[in-house]
Amino acid sequence: MWEYTDKVKEHFLNPRNVGEIENPDGVAEVGSLACGDALKLTFKLDENKKIKDARFKTFGCASAIASSSALTEIIKGMTVEEALKVTNQDIAKYLGGLPDEKMHCSVMGKQALEKAVENYRGAPALEAGAKIICECFGVTDLEIERAVRENNLSTVEDVTNYTKAGGGCGSCHDAIQQIIDHVRAEPKTDNKPKLTNIQKIRLIEETIEREIRPSLKHDGGDIEIIDIIGNRVIVTMHGACSTCKAADITLKNFVEHRLKELVSPDIVVEEVSK
Amino acid sequence: MNTIYLDNNATTQVAEEVLAVMMPYFRELYGNPSSMHTFGGQVGQKIRTAREQVAALLGAMPEEIIFTSCGTESDNAAIRSALLTRPDKKHIITSRVEHPAIKALCAHLATQGYRVTELPVDKNGLLDLENLEKSMTPDTAVVSLMWGNNETGVIFPVEAAARMAHEKGILFHTDAVQSTGKIPINLKNNVIDMLSISGHKLHAPKGIGVLYIRRGTKFSPFMIGGHQEKERRGGTENTPSIIGLGKACELAAKNMERENTYVTRLRDKLEMELLKRIPQSRVNGDTTNRLPNTTNISFEYVEGEAILLLMNELGICASSGSACTSGSLQPSHVLRAMGVPFTMAHGSIRFSLSINNTEAEIDFVIDKMPAIIERLRGMSPYWNASQPACKTQ
Repeated sequence: MWEYTDKVKEHFLNPRNVGEIENPDGVAEVGSLACGDALKLTFKLDENKKIKDARFKTFGCASAIASSSALTEIIKGMTVEEALKVTNQDIAKYLGGLPDEKMHCSVMGKQALEKAVENYRGAPALEAGAKIICECFGVTDLEIERAVRENNLSTVEDVTNYTKAGGGCGSCHDAIQQIIDHVRAEPKTDNKPKLTNIQKIRLIEETIEREIRPSLKHDGGDIEIIDIIGNRVIVTMHGACSTCKAADITLKNFVEHRLKELVSPDIVVEEVSK
Repeated sequence: MNTIYLDNNATTQVAEEVLAVMMPYFRELYGNPSSMHTFGGQVGQKIRTAREQVAALLGAMPEEIIFTSCGTESDNAAIRSALLTRPDKKHIITSRVEHPAIKALCAHLATQGYRVTELPVDKNGLLDLENLEKSMTPDTAVVSLMWGNNETGVIFPVEAAARMAHEKGILFHTDAVQSTGKIPINLKNNVIDMLSISGHKLHAPKGIGVLYIRRGTKFSPFMIGGHQEKERRGGTENTPSIIGLGKACELAAKNMERENTYVTRLRDKLEMELLKRIPQSRVNGDTTNRLPNTTNISFEYVEGEAILLLMNELGICASSGSACTSGSLQPSHVLRAMGVPFTMAHGSIRFSLSINNTEAEIDFVIDKMPAIIERLRGMSPYWNASQPACKTQ
């Protein structure tokens, strides 16, 4: 059963701003067919540098379509700086809430927005030296190489799951296998690439937002990042978590464990009370 | 709004005749079949009749029928019994496309010291028995392969597989939840050792299942308790449902021909018309070796849940292989095992019919589906009607 709010249903059944703007000021595509949802966002600015028009095309479930529709409605009339302050929570709130397991749909909206602004500000479209391997989805050799190296992938199916490359017609499977073989033949150096501090902070925030907060919320709790100092993540627990006797266990076994797994094995989570 | 129910592989409507025979056993004849008094004992006689009815549908003997609570329980009981009665063997063979009742159970057993081989399927969802031959070892305790696939309707050659397992002294179990009542099953003509059925897939109520155990097969019970079911399944009998299931099996035998003529014709019409009217759509799974009521159709570049929700607006019920419920949106394991490309796998819809469906309902669905797909494709960043993003193979 779908436990969508009336607002979600309404935006799914009558989505606003479907389409693509010709000659947009900013454009971005996030997600993939492999993941089951993808969003192409385009926007155009007026003479006052405010978003005059925003349009989307979305492949995905009802909440992905509703989230895209909501996003375009929210950012119209904003400057790009204002638009960047829109969070996935704002998108969810606009829709009267999304089921926990559908929060990623709002995250996709936020990501598209960030990427479209990056594009507007002049980010390079294709990395230097990159070559398209998967023509269906425009995935380059460098992207595949990175995915294989960083996630220790060993099969074409893995690569498809991570990058969508090879998920279409399948004619690039041999080329993908060659990249896998090539990367796996490399001498093992550091198994994880070094993150810059900024990247690490962002990854921690993203991980908490996507992987951790929805689960805590499910049990009526919440978590807030107070500070990140090196590998120390200082947090405070809210709601049910702040009074729960098992919160310590949650913190170590779940929050810290996930962060160690997804960000860096050196992460330590500490709790401060509010 | 009328409901058009094309989701009969998920569950079916209890048949009127089934409900009618069940009703007295809730209020008037509520006795416990194990009781010594006539009031309870007479219910025991009805259970015997039901057991005979189930056995008749399967070509089995009544004493080979054990009533359980559902298909999942039957699957669990079968596999666990096979392992417990062959404690020296630690290998299980199954397939990549099993129902979660087997798939998740085997995944669990894999953490308990068992080795699990999942046989692959080809692009049509068919099994290559040579792979089974190669996978069987002296350590193999049991082979479990589904008879009819719940998502695609593809039928596995379980009778041949059972023979092969037997030649090596390996037990054979089949999950026949989807095939029972849809295709003829005669356990006299094969060597299948264990077979699972679920009542609610053949117009009996939910909460009743059957495990068939061939006479002479060693059995170690899963539910331990009272002496019910000859101590093979403890727990007071679900009398109304058992009696209902007996009737449902009798009806299934009677309706088998209709299932394979009328239902097949409606299914084929639906499938053919949708493929004709909706470009870049395809059937998943072999169309010859297939249950008569099932079709699984992919509509390229749109997502299943969105399709279902628009169908829902029109009262049409079906299901999707798409599982848009988590960060990693893995499409159906069945379609992935068949190598269905992601462009197709996420947009798959399973229509599963029953004898209760009418031609008018099918015509309605045929009429409405093209607009639903077109509408979603209009929003999809991948859809370009004039130029497919991928070469078709």
